[in-house]
Amino acid sequence: MIKKTCLSITIGLLCLGKASAESVFVTLENDNALAVVDPIAGKLIKKIPIGQRPRGIAISPDFKYLYIATSDDNTIKIIDAVTFKELGHLPSGKDPETFALNAAGNRIYVSNEDDSLVTVIDVAKKKAIKQIKVGVEPEGITVSPDNRWLVSASETTNMVHWIDTKTNTIIENTLVDPRPRAVSFTADSQQLWVSSEMAGSVMVLDANNQKLLKTIKFEISGITADKIQPVGVIIDKQRQRAYVALGPANRVAVINAQTFEVEKILLVGQRVWNLAFSPDQKRLYTTNGTSNDISIIDIDSQTVTKSIGVGTYPWGVAVKP
Amino acid sequence: MNFLHYWRAMSGIIGRELWRFITQRERFISALVRPLIWLFVFAAGFRAALGLAITPPYETYILYEVYITPGLIGMIQLFNGMQSSLSMVYDREMGSMRILMVCPLPRWFLLLSKLLAGTFVSILQVYVFLAIAWFYDIHAPWQGYLWIMPTLMLSGLMLGALGLLMSSFIKQLENFAGVMNFVIFPMFFMSTALYPLWKMKESSALLANLAEYNPFSQAVELIRFALYGQFDQQAFFYTLGAFMVFMAAAIVGYNPSKGMMSKKGGA
Repeated sequence: MIKKTCLSITIGLLCLGKASAESVFVTLENDNALAVVDPIAGKLIKKIPIGQRPRGIAISPDFKYLYIATSDDNTIKIIDAVTFKELGHLPSGKDPETFALNAAGNRIYVSNEDDSLVTVIDVAKKKAIKQIKVGVEPEGITVSPDNRWLVSASETTNMVHWIDTKTNTIIENTLVDPRPRAVSFTADSQQLWVSSEMAGSVMVLDANNQKLLKTIKFEISGITADKIQPVGVIIDKQRQRAYVALGPANRVAVINAQTFEVEKILLVGQRVWNLAFSPDQKRLYTTNGTSNDISIIDIDSQTVTKSIGVGTYPWGVAVKP
Repeated sequence: MNFLHYWRAMSGIIGRELWRFITQRERFISALVRPLIWLFVFAAGFRAALGLAITPPYETYILYEVYITPGLIGMIQLFNGMQSSLSMVYDREMGSMRILMVCPLPRWFLLLSKLLAGTFVSILQVYVFLAIAWFYDIHAPWQGYLWIMPTLMLSGLMLGALGLLMSSFIKQLENFAGVMNFVIFPMFFMSTALYPLWKMKESSALLANLAEYNPFSQAVELIRFALYGQFDQQAFFYTLGAFMVFMAAAIVGYNPSKGMMSKKGGA
């Protein structure tokens, strides 16, 4: 009896442990799969076939659903974040790559690169409610946390478009450095950070007047300037630090988000692409496109603690507590 | 002979070696300059040329400087071992070795004391080197700095024993250049100190095999794992085995009736 009780307590504790573990979801562009990683144990748990050429990924605010852009299926799939069953799909338009989910989780905005459009999707109705004409080759897209702005960056036009989320119309356009790739708001919605791949820079714009606050450049000892191609950018909740994935430089830059100074450069896997925080913002996860792994950065110590192989061409990353 | 005699002899030998090292400022500086030049110049130049895969004990990507740090620790101990052998040859030429050898204690004990003295000196050098490397952004977990202490003892003894063995073969100080060319350089370059085994395998399987069975490689790997709080069992036993073989051979080599000393006319 005592033995049984002990056993059930142990099993219970193990189950509790499992339930509290964090899950990192990574889309694998070349494997047509979704990788599920336990970052605490530092292990790839499993790979699930998910559709053709999965890239952009987001998780619903209640962490129940994953939205995954399967580019060659020309759709965004809705996946149960626990069972990984496909629950439905959204009319994303052709070849979806990047998309943004608003804070309420009821709208998805998709960049349609080939058609120079942004498609607005009503998530509950699974319907496209509007298509907004933007610049050539829209790529980076984000919604401000206060839901005031939708911002789309056009790679060829070198412009970010400020779109009013209420009317879904462009209010303002801002010229930025060549080939803008990713856009990200600070948690207070006051600043927009834009990475420019060809210029090797990150521009910080004031969301109130859409004016430039600062252009940040990067230098890495032993790495030529042409390899420093900023892509993913993310800023912590307290706006203390921003992190920028530097693509083929295989580095993540740590920037003081108050002074805009580059504080540290961290070595990660090859062609680092997208970034995501753990829910408690203690860790940062990077997808490393050509070394087929993800790296884990410990935020407190500002060090890369582990890299975990996940599969070929990891692209997007989302985290569930 | 009681324990006190042994202790007095050993502390005398170790104390003399440490004192010699500390007072010879040039030796202290030159012992540090060599690995630091490798770290600041060589490793910086090769930083971008060598992409390293993730191999244990590392859990993520590392810069080349980080990779070669354990190799440079090994280099410090290798050169120190050879330096000790050089000083043994010098002592023999000057006659102070004869004084040591007539001490009424077993020969193996005197040689082991000499070896320990050299190892302590090398450990001192290694910690100063690691302190400088720390300011160059080469950080290991703090436990690693404690863990390497016993491994440095073993690797230092093994490399010191090799130096001791060689000093029993070298007749004159001038012959030491041969040791540089035929022992130190092949041992260092044909090891995992500068390049990982998988990288060597890409160019030559033979070279990779030679490097794998090179005792210096095993000592470096033992240090590398210890620096990250891990224990490399194979490297430990290999290094321990190599130490025992070199030490036994050195004791025979220094035996006036059997070893090389008899052929050279004594110590």
